[in-house]
Amino acid sequence: MKPILTVSNLSKDFTKPLDLIAKLLNKVGQDNKEEVVHAVDDVSFAVQRGEIVGIVGESGCGKSTLGRMVAGILSPTSGSVEFDAEQTKASDLPQALQTQMIFQDPFSSLNPRKRVIDIITEAPIFHGLIARKQKNEFAAEMLQRVGLDPDTLQRYPHQFSGGQRQRIGIARALAVSPELLVCDESIAALDVSIQAQIINLFVRLRDEFTLTYLFISHDIGVIEHISDRVIVMYLGRIVETAPISSFLQTPNHPYTKALLAGVPRLEVGKREYEPVSGEIPSPLDPPTGCHFHPRCPFASERCQREAPLLRELSAGHFSACHLNDEAQP
Amino acid sequence: MKPILQIENLQTHFFTKAGVVKAVDGVSFDINAGEVVGLVGESGSGKSITGFSVMGLVDAPGKIVGGRIMFQGEDIAAMSPQQLQSLRGNRISMIFQDPMMTLNPVLRVETQMVEAIKAHDSMISKSEARARARDALGLVGISAPEERMRAYPHQFSGGMRQRVSIAIAMLNRPDLIIADEPTTALDVTIQGQVIHEMQRLCEATKTALLCITHDLAVVAGIADRICVMYAGRVVEQGPIASTISQPLHPYTRGLMGSVPSQNRRGQPLQQIDGMVPSLLNLPSGCAFQNRCAMVSDKCLSEIPEPIDVGEQRLVRCVNVGQEPAS
Repeated sequence: MKPILTVSNLSKDFTKPLDLIAKLLNKVGQDNKEEVVHAVDDVSFAVQRGEIVGIVGESGCGKSTLGRMVAGILSPTSGSVEFDAEQTKASDLPQALQTQMIFQDPFSSLNPRKRVIDIITEAPIFHGLIARKQKNEFAAEMLQRVGLDPDTLQRYPHQFSGGQRQRIGIARALAVSPELLVCDESIAALDVSIQAQIINLFVRLRDEFTLTYLFISHDIGVIEHISDRVIVMYLGRIVETAPISSFLQTPNHPYTKALLAGVPRLEVGKREYEPVSGEIPSPLDPPTGCHFHPRCPFASERCQREAPLLRELSAGHFSACHLNDEAQP
Repeated sequence: MKPILQIENLQTHFFTKAGVVKAVDGVSFDINAGEVVGLVGESGSGKSITGFSVMGLVDAPGKIVGGRIMFQGEDIAAMSPQQLQSLRGNRISMIFQDPMMTLNPVLRVETQMVEAIKAHDSMISKSEARARARDALGLVGISAPEERMRAYPHQFSGGMRQRVSIAIAMLNRPDLIIADEPTTALDVTIQGQVIHEMQRLCEATKTALLCITHDLAVVAGIADRICVMYAGRVVEQGPIASTISQPLHPYTRGLMGSVPSQNRRGQPLQQIDGMVPSLLNLPSGCAFQNRCAMVSDKCLSEIPEPIDVGEQRLVRCVNVGQEPAS
């Protein structure tokens, strides 16, 4: 089966232009260089239809930038995002509609001066998916889908709680019948009990409408619960990708192991934490070779020199670590 | 062992234009010397206001309207501002969620630390205070403290800043530290480091810790006892192991079921339906009634009192002792 989304060699650099003083100084012989952040660095992966792929990593690892490029909000510096929509729907609709994004903050992602009905129906009316007179029924149906009362159509976003607003955001995304949803920390701002409601909603919607998710989160507990496959990122690169079962049972990369060990868990109870040492390096000036080597307990001289490549360990389980070469010569 | 902090029937209300918000309404619990107590709840449950009340940090329109906060035999709720001043940062100190907001951005870390020492010990010489500050930074795992203490807060990363605030909190060897969401703003690996430091230091210095958080899993990892708050009241409290393995209050059960965990992969989470009621307009009777699966007539009419179910566990639910309906 052809994957619904193929991301190949995708990179995104952010450049901070030189300010006036630096430019002037360059004229008189100084050598100030522009600062470049490689937010996403040569990332490739594929997503199958109906799959939930979790992207996990700490702040600054490029997971949100990756999500934004997939959703078409940012254009990549190099590489490509290929989207294979179902032929029936795709014929005359722009590709942007097939990928929708659900954002973290349900307070700033909804226009405070628009009524819910307009928030939900703006895009489908604009693209001619529904007629203007169907507006009411359509919006009511969308609200019901995400578990909100259709009587609230005429309200403004501030009249809803955080969890309800997130549902409105989901309804807005579903209104153009997308096939891929990019959820960027979509539940991070919610309380635990509301989080559970929204996670259940995501899973239910996937089953009902055969949606595909790219689920970006820093919360490993959530990723473990919802994903079929996990991608672990560190400073712009994929360090490991694996089906959920092998991610949990046989994590390979030292960073993945450190992440999993650091997660507080309900079932473990009181324990001593043995954290991985060191800070997350600045993406402006990442370490040479393997980005993780200054924090890695197994780092060797080769790790400082040479960036490891992703290598298949078992079916679908890739990891980028030099240690794997030594284990099997 | 005699508790160092006893909160008895604490009531902190906010008198707003829209009405009286009963943010904390009858909270009682104890903390023993050297003990780690986790205070867990969702936003609006009153957990932070409980912490602020203990520190005497409740500002108008908020007011402590009832109850006692006994700290080593003295009532904090009845103290004058001067008495509170000498208590705060000295015998009780606090760690906040966002260290960028709590450290002064225009002062060197050194200046801020020396200030905190001198505020409670006017006799100490500057060089002595400096040495103490340096040692405190070394203790929380900041390498090269001598140089790092000359830095400004923005020159530290988030995790390092939180270490600095822990160091400041520990400066005067307090008996109790109140940590309000200390790791919420941090990444997973950094969160592990900070929890590790807090755990290690509190154990080494026999400092009691009140850890206020929304994250049950964090509390499960460090606390000896847990208090679960809902709508201004502690609905369940008890030793961590038995409370987590056998929660008795329907809200605690729902909260545990809501935590995604690898053990229940593929099944829907046991969600709690509905939302936290507005504190302005709490229903009469149990505040959890509109979300509870076991609600009965009794829940609608009377506010459940804490029931002692043995093993130091207290539960505020009229149905306690009966089997869950599921």
